[in-house]
Formats: sequence, C-alpha cells, structure tokens
Amino acid sequence: MAADDIYILGITMTKFGKHPDKDTVDLAAEAAMGALKDAQVSMGDMGILAAGCLMGQGSIGQQIQKQIGQTGIPVFNVSNACATGATALRTAVMAIKAGECDMGLAVGVEKLAGVGLLGARPAQATKEWTPSGRFGAVAGTDGRIGTDNMPGTFAQVGMEYGHKYGGATFELFARIAEKNHAHSTLNPLAAYTKRMTLEEIMNDVMIAYPNTRSMCSANCDGGAAAVVVSGAKLRTLSKEQQRRAVKVSASVLTSDPYQEACQVLPDVNTLTRNAAKKAYEQAGVSPEDLDLVELHDCFATAELVHYDNLMLCPEGGAVDFFNSGATWRDGSTPVNVSGGLESKGHPIAATGIANIWEICHHLRGEAGDRQIEGAKVGLAHVIGLASACGVHILEKSAL
Amino acid sequence: MSTETTLSQVPHVGYLQLGVRPHLVANECTQCKARYFDRRNACASCFGSDFVKVDIPTEGVVRSFTIVTFASPGIPVPFVASIVDCGGTSVRGNIINCEPTPEKVHLGMKVRLATFTMGADDNGVEAIGFGFEPL
Repeated sequence: MAADDIYILGITMTKFGKHPDKDTVDLAAEAAMGALKDAQVSMGDMGILAAGCLMGQGSIGQQIQKQIGQTGIPVFNVSNACATGATALRTAVMAIKAGECDMGLAVGVEKLAGVGLLGARPAQATKEWTPSGRFGAVAGTDGRIGTDNMPGTFAQVGMEYGHKYGGATFELFARIAEKNHAHSTLNPLAAYTKRMTLEEIMNDVMIAYPNTRSMCSANCDGGAAAVVVSGAKLRTLSKEQQRRAVKVSASVLTSDPYQEACQVLPDVNTLTRNAAKKAYEQAGVSPEDLDLVELHDCFATAELVHYDNLMLCPEGGAVDFFNSGATWRDGSTPVNVSGGLESKGHPIAATGIANIWEICHHLRGEAGDRQIEGAKVGLAHVIGLASACGVHILEKSAL
Repeated sequence: MSTETTLSQVPHVGYLQLGVRPHLVANECTQCKARYFDRRNACASCFGSDFVKVDIPTEGVVRSFTIVTFASPGIPVPFVASIVDCGGTSVRGNIINCEPTPEKVHLGMKVRLATFTMGADDNGVEAIGFGFEPL
C-alpha cells in the first residue's frame, strides 16, 4: 500500500427503517461507534470529524462528539442534499490527503420515517396578488408551473431519457423497481425486505407517472459512518486491520456545469458523467472492471439514466442494458444488490456512506447471503439536487 | 384567454407578458445567448454580466412530462408537469386543456402557450397563469 493511498478502515450502517425511540444523535452515535469498533480504533485516534444531517440544525458533528467523545478536533458540518454523506466522507478524505491528519471519521444520519412527500410545500391561500420572490410570482408555482416535488422531478428525468432514446415505458421503470425490491429480500438492514411482483408495483398508488409508490425511495430513519486512514498509518496497524481495509481508489465530488436545460429541470446527467469519468481515471479502472455498483435510485426513473451516466452501457443503451438482465444480482454488472433507495431506504444524509458500506461489505467477503462472489472492485454513486454528485470507487485490500 | 391587459390583471410570474399575444420573456446573455427566467448577476455559462430581454416562441415540443397525482395539500391533482422545448429554449410549464392521462399526453407532442385565470384577489385583481395546450 502506498503511503498516500486512502483506505476505509472501518464502516457501518444502522438498520434502516423506523426508530421511534432514537433521535438523530442516537442514530449517528450508534453508527459512529460501530465504525470505530469495526476499525478497531477509538475517538482518540480521529484527527477530523465530518458529519451531516440534512434536516438537522447544523451542528450534528459537535452533538456526536458530546455523545461519544470530545477531543477538540476540527468538525465540519456538511450539507449537500442527497450527496451529504458522500460529501462528509470526501471531506475526511481531503483532510488526510492534505496531510492534516492520518485518520478521520465521517458520519451521515437522518430521521425521515413518516415525513411524506419531499420537496413540496403546502399551497397558501392568497388575499392579494403581490409579486414576490425571484420570479415575481403572485402565487405559488408548484402545481401551476410544473412540479417541485421529487417524484415528479425525477419522473421527468426518466421520461426525458425516453424522449431522447426511446423504449422507456412505464413497465420498464416498474421492472427496475421489481429488481431492487427482489434484491432487498437478502438484506437484513433494509427498511423493506418484501419481494413485490410487477403487477403489485404497477398497480400501487400512482405518485407521479410513471413512478408509483413502490418506485419511489423509502423515507426512513438511519445512520452510517466510516473511519478513513492514510496508507502510511495503515502500515503501522495490525495485519487484521490491513486485511479488512478497503482502498478508496477514487473519491470525486462534482457540481452541475452550465447546461441550457438545467435552468428549468435539474440536469442529473452531466455532473454524474463528469464524476464517473474522473473517478475511472483516478482509479485506473473501467466500467467493465466493476463487480458491483450501488447507484442513486431515488426513483426507478433515475436508476435507468445512471446506467448510462456511469457508462455501464453504451450511450443511449440503458434500456437494452437493463433488458439484458445485466443489473440483476446474477448479471454482469449487479446494481443495487442492497435493495437500493427504493427498498433499502433513503435516510438522506446516511445514504452516501451506506452505499459505500454495501460495497465494502462485499469486497471484504462479509455480505453473507447476498455476497457477490469474488468481488474486487465496486462503485458507489449518489446525487443530490441543486446539484452535487459523489462517486467513490473501492477496491479489495491486496492482503 | 385574455385579449388585453387591464389594470385589473397581473401575470402569475414576472416573465409572463400579458397583452394581445401573451408570451414569455427571458433575460438573455448578450455574450453567449444563454437564457434565464430569473435575474442573474452574471451568466452561469460565460460569466458575462450584460443581459437583454427576449421573447420566447409560444410554440414548442414536449420533451418530458409527468402526471402528478400526489402533491402537497392545497395543490389540485392530477396535473401534467412538463418541460417544453420552445425553439431551443427549455421552458417549464403544465400541459393544460388536455386530459391528464398517458394516453392523451405524449413525448414529442406539439403544444402552444395558453393562459387561464387564477381568480381574483380581495381587490378584484385577476391573476393570469400560463400553461401549454396541444396544437
């Protein structure tokens, strides 16, 4: 291992689902303690803490410290929509790369069970039409000029792909959800572990065509945390720690560059493609080398476009790629074997670390019933609207 | 549809120009021609800081849509949210005067801008909204 390489030394996620008796600090602390234990180190070894809780008050990092150990290290509270967890990890990685410290902790946590529709606000009754805001609007625009809610926004992302390349039908999107729900039956930490038939998915409550309820990410509670370490420091640790360490071959964060259409519909494609390109370059691996991928299926309509954006298939070929069976767990490029956001769940700030945990779990050969045999390289992707994209490529330890 | 703007009418948003031929107006970067429906200090594409007002074509093609059947309280459903390509400028708007079903709305459908009343406020001022209807 090279001295300036970065490794995941320990990583964990809590059970995703409903945790009515725990608050965000409890869940974050549980995840952080789990990651430290997995890494066989303590808070005293950490040189930086980066943490995020999107719906929280902004000082989740310090709250975690008060819960598990206050050592005076720098804390970065980060917020980057659904990419918050990946941003926390990226922050810890950067601190180590910059030589500020040799070990760091990244934590993401969220409580979302029962919050309902994200991205929307209730309409207000108007007594006097008065222009306000950036568009000089006299009344709310959600529902009158397009939609602000997430299911509708990402429905349009998938439909736009269909307009460009064809073949993206309601049934195709539903079959993507069918795959992820099937995968989740092997994941004991998933919020939902029930296999659903294509009929059940298509006949479920329609939220925003073509996304029915079971094609939307599951709002739930959960936390995830990772301990990262420099290659130089890892050399001084035990053989067991070195064996279980997972190499971070690429850690990339991008925002969306200017595109004509992104002014009215978020462009989740360009920044993902940019992040993927950079990550493959950094890691020196190509999409064909990937043994598994966890990508941001916040909606079934989103998973399709990311096959293309992550270059898992030829440009414009996502529909054929899915139809070939490639992304099922026994296919050539298993995607979201955890169940994905649609079934494992999506506690926003935890997601960008939980997907890396899933990859690490397989690379370490510890994934039990859902183990992808012989997995050596994996990719984890998240995207948060506005937008931010995190891509991490992870490789099995050489030991 | 309104045929003239009176003092008792206001557009739903500042970029909707009422009058004989209602249309949308964008701020266009004089340097690279990028268009914005809100104000920008500098162009997100080329960083130029001079903008002029330009009229947006009122006819376009549906590039994407969704039929929203579950929304926040107070927002009537179903409605069709869409992205319309108006002569190269992407515009966000609902598909109106059309049954909100996958059978009636389709990708590539040709549409034109249409206005509708949003009702009057306590002072008798009527707000006018816009959407796109099938051609």
